[in-house]
Amino acid sequence: MTKDRIAKISLYAVLCAGLLVVVGPFVWMLLSSFKPESEIRSVPPTWWPSTWTFANYRDLFDRLDFPQYFANSAIVAVLVTLGNLLFCSLLGYALAKLDFPGRKALFLTVLGMLMVPGMVTFVPQFVLVSNLGLANSYAGLVLPFLAGPFGVFLMRQFLLAIPDDLIEAARVDGAGEWRIFWRVVLPLCKPALATLGILTFLSSWNNFLWPLVVATTDDKYTLPVALALYAIGQNRIYYGLLLAGAVVVVVPVLIVFLALQRHFMRGIATTGLK
Amino acid sequence: MLFLVFALLPVLASLIMSVTDMRATDLRTPLSVNFVGLDNFTRLFSDDLFLRSALNTLVFVVVGVPLTIVAALAAANGLNSGLIRFRAVFRVGFYLPVVTSIVAIAVIWRFLLDPEAGLVDNLLALVGIDGPNWLGDTRTSLASIIVMAAWRNFGSLMVIFLAALQGIPNDLYEAATLDGAGRWAQFRRITLPLMRPALLFGAVITGIGYLQLFEEPLVMTQGGPLSSTLSVSYHIYNQFGFGNYGYAAAASYVLFVAIVALSVLQFRLLGSRDD
Repeated sequence: MTKDRIAKISLYAVLCAGLLVVVGPFVWMLLSSFKPESEIRSVPPTWWPSTWTFANYRDLFDRLDFPQYFANSAIVAVLVTLGNLLFCSLLGYALAKLDFPGRKALFLTVLGMLMVPGMVTFVPQFVLVSNLGLANSYAGLVLPFLAGPFGVFLMRQFLLAIPDDLIEAARVDGAGEWRIFWRVVLPLCKPALATLGILTFLSSWNNFLWPLVVATTDDKYTLPVALALYAIGQNRIYYGLLLAGAVVVVVPVLIVFLALQRHFMRGIATTGLK
Repeated sequence: MLFLVFALLPVLASLIMSVTDMRATDLRTPLSVNFVGLDNFTRLFSDDLFLRSALNTLVFVVVGVPLTIVAALAAANGLNSGLIRFRAVFRVGFYLPVVTSIVAIAVIWRFLLDPEAGLVDNLLALVGIDGPNWLGDTRTSLASIIVMAAWRNFGSLMVIFLAALQGIPNDLYEAATLDGAGRWAQFRRITLPLMRPALLFGAVITGIGYLQLFEEPLVMTQGGPLSSTLSVSYHIYNQFGFGNYGYAAAASYVLFVAIVALSVLQFRLLGSRDD
């Protein structure tokens, strides 16, 4: 009995220490973002801010145009999410339930594309988008991400489990393909759509390489791009400003994640991917 | 169609571009570039910076992937072993860094590792250790980024491993206990073999992700000091920035081939050995 107790207590201790190491930096970021720069730089550091200040946030909004970056990130993420919900469910439906020549080849292509990293495709994509006249525009930021192999795969896997009889019954009743898709298939997909929507929104919000390449002027930067360029563009680092910026990037995501984390875990369970 | 245009086309276009001398000035007339055969590739392998970045990336993967897997395995086992209360809290907590922007995390860690104001060195000072300038010293810069990456990514593997652990029937452990097998023996003889598919999967996706290391060195070290944290992706991005599109495309294809090769290798090494 006592041996079990000791084992249990030490397990808790190790897990709590782990939790501290993982969550601690976020707490530290939040606390430090409310300190004046001089206090951030003081040695030894203060844990709790001795003077609370919003100066870092004021600077973000007055000097650095963060509202614009925030709006850009939100616009891009919403459009990309809507696009994925529509196109991935359409393509996933076709791959799971419709019979057409080349279906297998198309599915294998989708699977193969899961492995292709953004680093391989961004140069030609940039050339393409530039020649379409879309460089440094919202269209250029959004268009390449409207559908992705991951979303198609997720929707296909989910749709496979929906019984064919339902679709057949609708067909017998005389419903057209579009009507079947909108009225029968999509309502059944709600859980998968929720998972896909959240995952897509977050990956778009955090996306970095493509907006870094495509957005060339200040007014099209997304939050991560603005933060990274500010972090590497300065000779003297103002941690207060950087940390406040990081808070603005991280906190919306954390709220979404904590509120909807059940969908995340299910998304990972159904596809094995994040 | 849109999907194919934006997804498949660039894969082929990248291959084609890699055998041309395309530069930023050819952006408007991409069809008028010259075919240069494998010149870009031969140049790559005599480019000291590329070789350096390849070595750094290799070290990052070879050290970082096992480190991440061990951390994830330890966390998953900890959460799975009879501890029922607060499991959700730990799981969500450990998963937190996975969903946050790498750029923001790199900013936080740059601050934590600052030699003067950073929390890490100040904590070390409390126990009398004079902490190094983590990101500013060639001996510790890459190691710091490896540890940070493991810190950020182990949560996602933990969730996958946890699901795999919960799929192992309890009778196996009970039978092993009756046979007098200790905890460590049970872990080695039952848990690890039965988790092999999950481990393989974890190793492959982590390897693919780590081969593309980019944001961390960009934000934290700009590839320095002395290129000690320059990664292949970062090098590609720099070459793109200099306008050397053909050259960047060639380098990106080498990276792509490396990703495919690593995945195949891991399937061979960790894949089912019994059939």
